[in-house]
Amino acid sequence: MISSPPSSNARRLFGEELETRLDEVLFASHSHRSATDIALGLEALTRSQQERVLHWAAVAAGTYAEIGYQIAAFAPKAFPLLDDAGFDAWVLAGLDAYDRHGGRAAMDLLRDLEGFCAGRDGLRPLARLSEIEARLTRFIHGLSGRPLALAAGAAAWTDTETIYLPTEQESQPEAGANRRLYKVQAVILWAQTRFGSFGSTAVDLGQALAHWLDTEDQGRCLRWLSALESVRLEARIAFELPGLGAEIAAVRGPWPAALAALLPRLYQPQATLADTLALLPLCLLDGKDAPRLPHAVAIDPAAALRVRALRIERDMKTVSRAISALEASAGSAGRPEQAEQRMAAPAADDASQLALEGEALALPPEARKAALSLVQDLGEVPPECLVPADPGPWQPTHLDSAGKRGGEDLVGHREADHRYDEWDYRRRAYRKNWCHLFESDVAPGDPAYVSGVKLRHAGLIKQIRKRFEMLRGEDRMLGRQPDGEEVDLDAVVDAIADRRGGLEPSPRLFSRRVRNQRSLAAMFMIDMSGSTKGWVNEAERESLVMLCEAIESLGDAYAIYGFSGWTRTRSDIYRIKRFEEAYDDAVRARIAAVEAKDYTRMGVAIRHLTRLLLREPARHRLLVTLSDGRPDDFGDEYRGHYGIEDTRRALQEAHEQGVKSYCITIDRHGADYLAHMYGAARFTVLDDVKKLPLKIADIYRRLSS
Amino acid sequence: MSLSPELSRITEEPYYQPTGDEVALFEASYARRLPVLLKGPTGCGKTRFVEYMAWRLARPLVTVACHDDLTTADLVGRYLIVGNETVWVDGPLTAAVRAGAICYLDEIVEARKDTIVVIHPLADSRRVLAVDKRGEMVIAPDSFMLVVSYNPGYQSVLKEIKPSTRQRFVAFDFDYPEAAVEAGIVSREGGVDAETARRLVKLGELTRNLKGAGLDEGASTRLLVHAAQLIAAGIAPQAACIAAVARALCDDADMNGTLDDLVAAVF
Repeated sequence: MISSPPSSNARRLFGEELETRLDEVLFASHSHRSATDIALGLEALTRSQQERVLHWAAVAAGTYAEIGYQIAAFAPKAFPLLDDAGFDAWVLAGLDAYDRHGGRAAMDLLRDLEGFCAGRDGLRPLARLSEIEARLTRFIHGLSGRPLALAAGAAAWTDTETIYLPTEQESQPEAGANRRLYKVQAVILWAQTRFGSFGSTAVDLGQALAHWLDTEDQGRCLRWLSALESVRLEARIAFELPGLGAEIAAVRGPWPAALAALLPRLYQPQATLADTLALLPLCLLDGKDAPRLPHAVAIDPAAALRVRALRIERDMKTVSRAISALEASAGSAGRPEQAEQRMAAPAADDASQLALEGEALALPPEARKAALSLVQDLGEVPPECLVPADPGPWQPTHLDSAGKRGGEDLVGHREADHRYDEWDYRRRAYRKNWCHLFESDVAPGDPAYVSGVKLRHAGLIKQIRKRFEMLRGEDRMLGRQPDGEEVDLDAVVDAIADRRGGLEPSPRLFSRRVRNQRSLAAMFMIDMSGSTKGWVNEAERESLVMLCEAIESLGDAYAIYGFSGWTRTRSDIYRIKRFEEAYDDAVRARIAAVEAKDYTRMGVAIRHLTRLLLREPARHRLLVTLSDGRPDDFGDEYRGHYGIEDTRRALQEAHEQGVKSYCITIDRHGADYLAHMYGAARFTVLDDVKKLPLKIADIYRRLSS
Repeated sequence: MSLSPELSRITEEPYYQPTGDEVALFEASYARRLPVLLKGPTGCGKTRFVEYMAWRLARPLVTVACHDDLTTADLVGRYLIVGNETVWVDGPLTAAVRAGAICYLDEIVEARKDTIVVIHPLADSRRVLAVDKRGEMVIAPDSFMLVVSYNPGYQSVLKEIKPSTRQRFVAFDFDYPEAAVEAGIVSREGGVDAETARRLVKLGELTRNLKGAGLDEGASTRLLVHAAQLIAAGIAPQAACIAAVARALCDDADMNGTLDDLVAAVF
């Protein structure tokens, strides 16, 4: 085992050393195989390659032991073929295959090293969804404003909340073209949700298709529908986004004859689903199948309409609640029938023009989003939801399992270290001493973990340190000092003026260069709930290393605590680093041992850590929470609205006590409730957990400068 | 003897496209001698609005860009040595108060907290400026107006405006204008045709969708105008947008890839 960080030219590990470490790493494996052969195979690699293999084997073994084993076994074969980045990509592709399709798929992918290399070198024109997923997700997000998730599926289709795309595409002759195909398909699917392929208030798709869907012609009907919609949507896209239109046209090629005849009616920016549905029976009559376009996507009206109906219901509730709140504050509640007349429904495409008696209606952001979403689904905000709803609590998110009372309270083995109140939004009051909080140290883990991370990210850490040192190095000239390296001219002039005026001149005539006093105390609150198991936990630990390296060079006071919980009687706070502790081996060992535990009861953790933070003598106090999604706890009502409201309240309390909070969330599906929950705090959402270690130092730098 | 900085008057009407009732609100605030706080993202037209109002109200305009080394003396004034004498020189704030001008403190959160305090007595019913060094209280004439601006979108916890400062002002929210209005602005300021302006505004809208999802801010109207100006100068639209919008927004390689995609989608 190594205890100090090996430099890049550190000596290679010998077979028996490798075997010991492999045994540790693959300890969980039930395969009873000896690591001796694998260790011997790894002996020939350089030290940094060896560390890389051990790291990834450990990561993979945390998910599924056999994958870790395979990675170590194939590494000697992989390294001559792949560079470091390629090796990482190979492992990630394997883990990805496991997440999506299970162990067998992962094994097949890892064994097919040549195939992977060929795909990577562009010999096979293969494009993988995992390679473009992040970029494509952001692109689609940029197009729509309404977040659409991307996921792997058997075919390219959408249920209006998620765009499903195949994991691999190889139909085009080169990889670039296949990547373009992904993009074009994703755009067509986005356009289906954006430009009303699933109906509007005027057109009911379910009804229009009912006649066909129960016959054996169903498949043919859906293929025609999809083809016709592709024509219509392409025209619309080309009108709004000409560059994208040209890209689609290039992938599509010449129109098949069967579709070319329909272009005059269908290839129009103002064409709607009604035009498609008018043409559909004509296409189906002669019994031929739909022409297959290169970028054809599937359409599943039943699934899409189901998801859409749920969303519409939720959005309508949100909008009408917001309107009733507005009405109430305008003092004109209780006249709903008039309200309906006074509200002008917005123009077809712009919910921002929702107007009340000709004046723009200032909806709160969540309701505005819901209104925009309704316009995308229905073509308008339906008049019925412009009628104020019953006065009720503001409810930006859908309640799930509220009020369900599951497991019994679990009583801890010892008295709680602290008890905290918890906010009950239904009572609009605190539940007194409701949460029992236990504080303990994280049991130390492998101190070599941190060295491994530092070795792998050596370049990045160097960069971060340099940037942070620059931040600290911003010296400041202090004027009017009793002594110093330069004469302060302003002070001298004042002194002369004072003397002339008969006043006693000040002796403070010098300026002095001093280090900037930052006076900032930062508390990091790390999610150790069960949902962080695997990737998120790995990213959290790496991020902590980056963070410590960065802040150490800055000299700010900081502390790190983890939190988890199991009902209100067992909220755990795990000490990783206290304010007064140095970043030493004990802290490093604790960082290594941060692991996924139970649930996410956030409110009590925020309250406790705020209290600790307030004890720090600093001018600015900063609480950074790092979590992977919404608050959640076992069995009781914390999951859902209650937890969101309690977390929001706890952040407000912190704010009132002068603690600034910042929340980093890894959850790209959750953006709808975050703005409400974080209320007083600022937050950022990371769509890709793997980026966390790269981003966290920058986030901190931006926050504190 | 005292020296005073030259106060400039705006003689030509600056181009400003009102987007709501901000002109009427500003005029009413001016008439009732209330100070004004402009909030809004960078590049949405705050500074241009103040220039326009100064022209409209026919007052001189003194603009101070605040920064974290701005001292009270920088605002109020200081003694200089001229020959064998000390001579008092008014700072921009004092000069503006004496002349009954509009004084605009841009990005006030950047200034040091102890500096901001000097504007407090000016920004309430007292309307006086204390010039300690001269033992003078400068009483603001009715035509003097204080305007400050800041961008609430900054994420630094150290840069926030204190309630005691904030609660002296009439506050206006500024945001990017509606698409049609913004296209008009981009077309006129950037010198491009309506279709190009429409596409630039579309690009702006797409980047603003990414705020909080990788970008700190979407493209401002100012950036869109820059891109339009490059296009008017003969640069190909894609290249102009990548240089003036995409690269100006962020340094992250992945995000730049996405922004390039968005530019390509529009042009």
